[in-house]
Amino acid sequence: MSSLTIRNIRKVFGAVEVLKDIALRIDAGEFLILVGPSGCGKSTLLNILAGLDTATSGEILIGDKVVNNLSPKDRDIAMVFQSYALYPNMTVRQNISFGLEMRRVPKQEQGEIVDRVAKILQMAHLLDRKPAQLSGGQRQRVAMGRAIARDPQLFLFDEPLSNLDAKLRVEMRTEIKLLHDRLKATIVYVTHDQIEAMTLGSKIAVMQGGEIRQFGSPQEIYDRPADLFVAGFIGSPSMNFIKAQAVEDAGGVGLQLQTADGPFVLPLREAGEALRPRMGKTLILGVRPEQISDSGTVLRTARYAYARKFRIELVEPTGPDTLLFVRINGETVCCRVRPEQACAAGESMELAFDLSKAVFFDPDSGKRIG
Amino acid sequence: MVEVQRTETAGARVIGRVMLYALLILFALYYLMPLFVMLTTSLKTLDDIRGGNLIALPEQVSFDAWIKAWSSACTGVNCGGLSGNFWNSVSFVLPAVAISTLIGALNGYVLTMWRFRGSDVFFTLLLIGCFIPFQVVLLPMAQTLGWLGIANSTTGLIFVHVVYGLAFTTLFFRNFYVSIPEELVKAARIDGAGFFRIFWRIILPLSPPILVVCVIWQFTQIWNDFLFGVVFSSGERQPITVALNNLVNTSTGVKEYNVDMAAAIIAGLPTLFVYVVAGKYFVRGLTAGSVKG
Repeated sequence: MSSLTIRNIRKVFGAVEVLKDIALRIDAGEFLILVGPSGCGKSTLLNILAGLDTATSGEILIGDKVVNNLSPKDRDIAMVFQSYALYPNMTVRQNISFGLEMRRVPKQEQGEIVDRVAKILQMAHLLDRKPAQLSGGQRQRVAMGRAIARDPQLFLFDEPLSNLDAKLRVEMRTEIKLLHDRLKATIVYVTHDQIEAMTLGSKIAVMQGGEIRQFGSPQEIYDRPADLFVAGFIGSPSMNFIKAQAVEDAGGVGLQLQTADGPFVLPLREAGEALRPRMGKTLILGVRPEQISDSGTVLRTARYAYARKFRIELVEPTGPDTLLFVRINGETVCCRVRPEQACAAGESMELAFDLSKAVFFDPDSGKRIG
Repeated sequence: MVEVQRTETAGARVIGRVMLYALLILFALYYLMPLFVMLTTSLKTLDDIRGGNLIALPEQVSFDAWIKAWSSACTGVNCGGLSGNFWNSVSFVLPAVAISTLIGALNGYVLTMWRFRGSDVFFTLLLIGCFIPFQVVLLPMAQTLGWLGIANSTTGLIFVHVVYGLAFTTLFFRNFYVSIPEELVKAARIDGAGFFRIFWRIILPLSPPILVVCVIWQFTQIWNDFLFGVVFSSGERQPITVALNNLVNTSTGVKEYNVDMAAAIIAGLPTLFVYVVAGKYFVRGLTAGSVKG
C-alpha cells in the first residue's frame, strides 16, 4: 500500500477548466472520499489518477513515484466502476483472473488468488457463473474481487454503490468499510452521497466547480465546514442558515432574530466572541437540525444553550426522530426532536438552541468566520 | 346478451384472421412463383418446355440441365460450364468478406472505444462512402489497381470489394459497439490489456450478432456483384454472376431455358445458404442479448 500525493492538478477542456489546481495528500492505508455534486470534477480527477485521462498540468505521485506518464496498467492500481464493468463473456473466475493473466502470474498462483478472494468476499459458489447470471449486489462483489485480486498500491472506486437499491447499498457500504479495515488498503472513493462520504472516509475532499472546497476528516468537515457550500452539502437534513444582524447583548454578542411571535435576541455568549468586530453587520448563523431540539434534551447535554417557545409550522416524523419546522427571520428552520417530545403542527413548544457547535458565515464570501 | 355479443366479436376476429392469412398466402405464392418456375423449368427437358405450360410440373424430372450448367455449358468458345466461375467467386468472396468484416470491426472498435481528435469527422466521411454509387469509382479504381499492379487479378477484385465494403462494415460495428459501455475497455486497460488484446478477448466475443449481420450483408453484396466483376476481371477469372450473364446472353445455337434456369439457381444458392444458416444464428444472437438484459 502506498500514499497518494496530488500536486496542483489542472484539467482544461477547451475553454472550460474542469479541475482548478487540485492538491492533496493521503497516507498509506487512508480512505479518501471525493464527494461533490455531479459535474464537480470528481470523476475526472479519478480518471486522471487511473491514467485513463491526462491532466493538463500538475503531478500525481503514488508512493514516491511520479506516475503522470505511466499507462494505467503500469500504475499498479485497481478500479471498481459504477457499472461494475465485468467482462460479459467471461465467468466470474475468468473476470477475476484476467488482470493476473495479463500480468503473467503463473496459472497455479492465479487459481490460489482467485480462491482466496472468493473466500474473503464469500462468493466461492459464484465462480463459474457469467455476470449476466448474477444480481446487482453479486456483480458489485465480483468487481471488488477483481480489484482485490490484483493487490494494487491504490484502489479507485467510482461511485460503486449508486446502482444498488437502498438496502443493499447500506450492506455493501459496511462491507467496503470492513474490507478496508482488513486490507489496510489506500483507497480513493468517488461518491455524490454525503452519507457514504461520512461513514466510509478517513479523509474527505468536498469538491465543487473543479475545486476542493474543504479537505479534512469527516468530523472536522461536519463540525467546522469551511464555507456555506460544504456546510449545506454535508449532513442530512442539511444545516439551517439564518441571516441575522449581530447586536450588542449584555456585554456580549447576540443575533437579532424575528419569529411570527415577535423579535428577540439570541445570546451567543462564548460562541460569539469571534463576531465582536462585526457588531452591527449581517452574517449567517449555521446550525444543524439536531442542534435545535426539545429543551429538555439540549439543556442537559449542551455546554450552553438558549431556550424559547416557537410555533411549529410543519411536522415530519422520520421514525427515530421527528423533524419540526419553524420560521425564523423568514427562513424555514428544521429542528430535530425525539418523537415523544414532538407536538402537532400549529402548536407552540419550547425548543432550545445548542450554541456550542453553532458556526457563522460571512454572507458575502460564504466563508466560515473564526 | 353479453354472451351473444362476445361470440359475435369472436366470429369477426376469426373472419379477420382468415382474410389476413389468405392475403399473406396469396402474396407468398406471388413471390414464390418465379422460384417455382425456375425450379420446374430447370428440371424439364427442352421438348417439355417447348410443348408445355410455363407453370406446369415437368412430365419427367431430369437433372441434365443442372449437370450441363455446372460442367459443360458453353459461353462463347469456353465450354466448361459455370463450375470454374463458381469457384472463382468463392475464392474472392470469402477473403473479401472476411477482410472487410475484420477491418470494419477494428474500425468500429477504434471509433467508439479509442476516440481521437476528429474521429467523428472521420466517421461521417466514411459514411459518405455508403452513398457513392459503384459506377463513380470505376475509373479511379481501375487506375489505382493499375498502379498497385493488381489489375485483372483475384487480389484486385478482393481489394475493390474490401475498400467498397468498409463504409458499410464500419457503420455496422460502430453502431453496435456504441452500446457497449466504455468502462469495459477502461477496466481492461487497468487490468493490463492492450489495444489488440482488449479487442480480441473482450470486444470480439461480444460481437457475434453484428458479425452475422455483417457477414450476411457483405456476402450477399459481393457474391451478387456484377459491375465490379465485369469491369475488373476477365476471361477465366470472371465471377459467376458475369458468367451467368454470358451464358444466358449467348446468341448462338438453341436457347436452352432449362440450363439457364439451373445456372441462375446455382448462382443464387450460396446467398440462400448463408441466409438460411446464418439467419438462424442471427436470431439466436438477438434473443441471447435480450435475455442478458
